[in-house]
Amino acid sequence: MPKVVFITLDGAARVVDAQAGESVMAVAVRNGVPGIIGECGGNCSCATCHVYVDNEFSASVGGAGDMEDDLLDLGVADRRDTSRLSCQIKVTEELDGLTVHIPEEQ
Amino acid sequence: MDAGTLVVGASQAGLQLAVSLRDAGDRSPITLIGEEPHAPYQRPPLSKSYLQGGAELEQLWLRTPEFLADKDITLVTAERIDTIELDHGGPSGSARTVSGQTLTFDRLALTVGARPRRLEIPGADLDGVTYLRTAADATLLRELQSAAESVVVVGGGFIGLEAAAVARAQGKAVTVVEAADRLIGRAVAPVVSEFYRAAHARRGVDVRLGVQVTSLAGEGNRVQCVGLSDGSRIPADLVIVGIGVVPRMQLARQLDLDIEGGIVVDRYARTSNPTVVAAGDCTVQPNPLTGHGRVRLESVQNAISQAKTAAATLLGRREPNDAVPWFWSDQYDLKLQIAGLSNGHDRFVVRGDLEGEAFAVLYYRDEMLLAVDAVNSPGDYMAVRKALTQGSTISADAAADGAVALRNLSVPQALGV
Repeated sequence: MPKVVFITLDGAARVVDAQAGESVMAVAVRNGVPGIIGECGGNCSCATCHVYVDNEFSASVGGAGDMEDDLLDLGVADRRDTSRLSCQIKVTEELDGLTVHIPEEQ
Repeated sequence: MDAGTLVVGASQAGLQLAVSLRDAGDRSPITLIGEEPHAPYQRPPLSKSYLQGGAELEQLWLRTPEFLADKDITLVTAERIDTIELDHGGPSGSARTVSGQTLTFDRLALTVGARPRRLEIPGADLDGVTYLRTAADATLLRELQSAAESVVVVGGGFIGLEAAAVARAQGKAVTVVEAADRLIGRAVAPVVSEFYRAAHARRGVDVRLGVQVTSLAGEGNRVQCVGLSDGSRIPADLVIVGIGVVPRMQLARQLDLDIEGGIVVDRYARTSNPTVVAAGDCTVQPNPLTGHGRVRLESVQNAISQAKTAAATLLGRREPNDAVPWFWSDQYDLKLQIAGLSNGHDRFVVRGDLEGEAFAVLYYRDEMLLAVDAVNSPGDYMAVRKALTQGSTISADAAADGAVALRNLSVPQALGV
């Protein structure tokens, strides 16, 4: 069972079990990781699940798709190169230990 | 001792209300009671990925049971409140469940939701006639659908069209029957209705507008045929009924709360008894954008936003539910995103390419931007949502030029009018 590591604003790491195939957002919301809201349930509609992918994983996770790109541009306060909507990142066995940082606001 | 808060209805709004109370530091007991046997889950995927078979219910949980236990939120499932009363007008009172439990409370929140409107015609109780609201509904439908060949969808609203899209993607013969002269008439302008009619037709759905289902016939207990008001008959081994929902108002009636097609609340989610709050699909509230009129919003966004407002109210704070409403619907590869409320518009502007299935419709009243319906145009959706949130506007004349990005056209409301 792959794990996802959420780094909260105060620097604390929260390690959560995930199932391969589900989104990082879904894992976060279900487990009540603060700072990831995911109102639309993963439909790339609300831009409330913004994360910064840790540098170590940013290459393997890849960049945003077109639709996601638009939402990040307009919805996100502090967009960076590593910004992604976590509803669009699928957990896989290969991404075990995937680490993402939670932004200040959604 | 503080008997705490009783939250009646354990879906999106109820769960959010309970979590928001805890997040705000409320340490008193919280009981969340729901009639379904499951932990609270997301409903929208029931007519989308879950129906397609691409998700399991545990993946749709809004929070894990462990999370709720950790937050000391008592979840009571498979149980329904039968009677409820307040002590001397509230806020405290007691409720009795169908199975005979008594629950006392110091504060009460109604997040009771809505039930599907039932089809009331001959044959409506045949096997193979289904509704789509709960996980149990969707699980049954998913099973029946795998064996079905001909599906008739009664009702051309969002639920019906999403279900039709799933059935069509699985290769079924699909007919959608809508009594009105256009699809999704309550939510979108005629131009968008016509787009969806054509989009479904292009994908092989037989869309019948302006006709009603008058009877269902079958052999034994199983539905086989749908009879329409124009005299035609359509073979069907599965009928999916999506003709809207009716707010659950039984408990509100017992409490003598004002009801007008839903439980009437103000912008602070207070019912006509200000000690009792209500949130979600069961409520009618002032238009969140204008503060006027009354609207009933059936959406995840409203359930969450209004539940947060209701939690604040219970804790003595005043945080109006004035968030910009938004909504989405997935059908085939068409992603519809709506922001704002287009009710009462006197003008609309279409940007983009209807034929190419990527466009946005912006709605105005007195030149003021009200809302957007965006199909496969998330940038336009987000630009309007952001403008509405910030109190900005986008001039209709400028928006009509599809070559210019909307985000570059947003100006403060005072300058835009």
